[in-house]
Amino acid sequence: MTYEPKDLKVVGTRPVRPDGVDKVTGRANFGADHALPGQLVGKVLRSPYAHARIVSIDTSKAEALAGVKSIIVGEDMQDIAHELSQSGESAIDVHDLSLNVLARGKVLYDGHALAAVAATSAKIADDAIALIDVTYDVLPHVVDVDDAMKPDAPVLHDDMFTKGLEETPTTASNIASRMEMAMGDVEEGFKHADVIIERSYKTKAVHQGYIEPHAVVASFGEDGSAYVWCSSQGHFAVRDLSAKVLGMDSSSIRVIPAEIGGGFGGKTTVYLEPLAIALSKRAGRPVKMTMTRAEVFRATGPTPATSMDVKIGATKDGKIVAADCEFRFHAGAFAGSPVGAACMAGLTPYALENARVVGYDVVSNTCKSGAYRAPGAPNGAFSVESAMDELATELKMDPIELRHINAAEEGTKAIYGPTFKQIGCKDVLVATREHPHYKSNLGPNQGRGIASGFWFNVGGQSNAAINVHEDGTITVVEGSPDIGGTRAAMAMMAAEVLGIDYDRVQVVVADTASIGHTDGTGGSRVTFATGMAVTNAAEDVVTQLRTRAAATMGVDVDDVVWQDGAAIATKGDAGSLSLAEIAATAARTGGIIVGRSSINAKGAGPSFATHICDVEVDPETGYIEILRYTSIQDVGKAIHPSYVEGQMQGGAVQGIGWALNEEYFYNEDGILENPGFLDYRMPVASDLPKIDTVMVEVPNPSHPFGVRGVGEAPLVPPLAAVVNAIEDATGVRMTELPVTPVKMLAALDARKEAAE
Amino acid sequence: MSKIHVTTTVNGDPTEFLCEPQETLLDVLRDELQLTGSKEGCASGDCGACSIELDGRLVCSCLVLGAEADGREIETVESIADGEKLHPVQAQILEHGALQCGFCTPGIIVAAKALLDRNPDPTDTEIRYWLAGNLCRCTGYDKIINAVQDAAADLRGEAS
Repeated sequence: MTYEPKDLKVVGTRPVRPDGVDKVTGRANFGADHALPGQLVGKVLRSPYAHARIVSIDTSKAEALAGVKSIIVGEDMQDIAHELSQSGESAIDVHDLSLNVLARGKVLYDGHALAAVAATSAKIADDAIALIDVTYDVLPHVVDVDDAMKPDAPVLHDDMFTKGLEETPTTASNIASRMEMAMGDVEEGFKHADVIIERSYKTKAVHQGYIEPHAVVASFGEDGSAYVWCSSQGHFAVRDLSAKVLGMDSSSIRVIPAEIGGGFGGKTTVYLEPLAIALSKRAGRPVKMTMTRAEVFRATGPTPATSMDVKIGATKDGKIVAADCEFRFHAGAFAGSPVGAACMAGLTPYALENARVVGYDVVSNTCKSGAYRAPGAPNGAFSVESAMDELATELKMDPIELRHINAAEEGTKAIYGPTFKQIGCKDVLVATREHPHYKSNLGPNQGRGIASGFWFNVGGQSNAAINVHEDGTITVVEGSPDIGGTRAAMAMMAAEVLGIDYDRVQVVVADTASIGHTDGTGGSRVTFATGMAVTNAAEDVVTQLRTRAAATMGVDVDDVVWQDGAAIATKGDAGSLSLAEIAATAARTGGIIVGRSSINAKGAGPSFATHICDVEVDPETGYIEILRYTSIQDVGKAIHPSYVEGQMQGGAVQGIGWALNEEYFYNEDGILENPGFLDYRMPVASDLPKIDTVMVEVPNPSHPFGVRGVGEAPLVPPLAAVVNAIEDATGVRMTELPVTPVKMLAALDARKEAAE
Repeated sequence: MSKIHVTTTVNGDPTEFLCEPQETLLDVLRDELQLTGSKEGCASGDCGACSIELDGRLVCSCLVLGAEADGREIETVESIADGEKLHPVQAQILEHGALQCGFCTPGIIVAAKALLDRNPDPTDTEIRYWLAGNLCRCTGYDKIINAVQDAAADLRGEAS
């Protein structure tokens, strides 16, 4: 499908979302809100050590406790060969997934699951967990990514031999793989540089911080099939991954999607679901499991800690002549960090002739990292955009001007392969430069930073069906969990194509047995790809409506056009029939009308964003206040502008938290010391100013309404925007996140001492 | 240990329940009374998703024991709309698109209504500090603040 400009009646307006009333009255059912008669409560025993061999697990005392109905340990799980299962943006190795769901042989991080219990009450389940005797042989551990790469580091996996080297090593290490992307000749490029910036950066693991903990109810029946109710970003992935881990058929598991209380990438895999199914099978009763907040922090997938080197050279008029980066990402206990995406995205806002990016995927004794909103790109952009800021300072050049001189545009070849079609990178920079925020004045101890970012956005498989009811109302049935208002976008696109009022359309997110496979809600794909499926299904409906109308009116279908919700005969005096009129007689003209679409959407348009951040740094305490913030992004076409702005604002604030407060804090024993919202400090309302937004609309040529994904790009620029603002306010370049007041004050003091 | 018998009022209705001594009021609301509009995000009083009013005071129901509800009056998110008529805070949150996933929304609504019951004309800063106990990870709070301001105007009878 291609973009065509058209007059729009519904798209671009701001109606109330179809699921809105349920969500403000408490009626909406989230993961933990479902309950079944006779359900048991499931709990998980988790490792108290960062790295240990499991010598023995004795469950006899727990089994003897009255009310305990089933227990599973690692030995009960089947062994699975390494195999990559595509789930959302990243491939998941089902062998590793199985070991992450329930440890065998070794526990690899604080919080690693190694047994699960189902009992008649939460209290009994907790008591039973406490009665399981585990004998551990504690092993040396490693947390930091640079430490984990050292030759003498404790090795997590005896069978990990670094992939991607010219010669595969014979000694096991924690380096899962090395990758390299390059274009031009970097060494030659640097010879032409008048200025070179070379720096190293570090970031800590941070969590997606969705407010809803993981929760599931599973019911295994005597016929060998299972029903699963849970919230996830992709219930088809929950089904397929659970089936693989448990050796079941996908058709034997039916996953009913609950409303999802935030995910940001963190709910694209399984943790509890296979355990709940297995416990239910053994107990012969439904099992409900919910994670505590501490379990969410200790045992789900934050985005990795990283260590990065960047070298950028430019001529004195600001033209970048070479860029060379090395990104080291820790993946957690199993391979698979988003370092590849970081390599592909970090330099991509710029048109470069000579560039090289090397990435290392490294395991360490921390929970397996997961996807977090533009996985890998915020880390990469933090390093590159910090270096760009220093480059602008060295060149005495406006930071937007420097970016504009080098900006990617239509025809630019990106380091990861493609040549861009129509993109909004330069349009965003121009809008940033012209924004009143960028021209406003600053006071003492205040500073301003800008940073840019890129995210691919993805397409993928989506299904939609549109049922036209006898009374002329419409139900759109689709398979994408609605994490931020996408039901509204689907209803709006369907209403637009059908030419009917928005409030005639309802939207249902159907279970895995009721609609065809739809990839997860990730990669900023839903409004683009599922929106394209809904648009196709609506076009299919229109075709059928025209055919029925033509037959009823006794004219040729080619002489019937669809306009404003009605079939209009263009020849003779046959007149017109509205959608409601055609629907009312559908039973007699061939049966109820159902439009369908099953697609693998191609042509996702990339997003570019630039953010402006003002800070004030208190020289006495090191406290950093965000004074003003503006997010500018190419959004393609905003179907429902309020929810597009919401993505831009929410992403910016997550980035502010990442830059200033949030971190996984491991102690010297490798134990996570802050697994709660009190000590893992996410931004609250009083920490923040207004977050202003500018939606630049450069249509995606590959979507009927010009949609680009918008959800992830907003988290790419903020880390560097904040740090660049701090530098502008203080003259101090902070290269390690988060910039806590303690760290800031130490840096200010160090500079003062150096000056004295 | 035997369960505790509690007599209380929930959303205006006389209510009795049995709870274990360690059960929180949030557990009781969700698991015993099937009032699942109050959410558990942390169980430590840090996220505010379980906000309710207890004798007119805004509290995290995860920090109150079920047994403590005896003889008290409880108002949850389920009581805020008047039949099919939404409270202005609810209506304005929808108008502004001031929710994405909607999980924190019940707690935000209970807390914002409690603010406007006390302070009909708050500043943005007052709203931000009052809602500082309610974590929202999706919206960045901006639209929530605007929605509460417009709800306040509606309650004051001003045309927005």
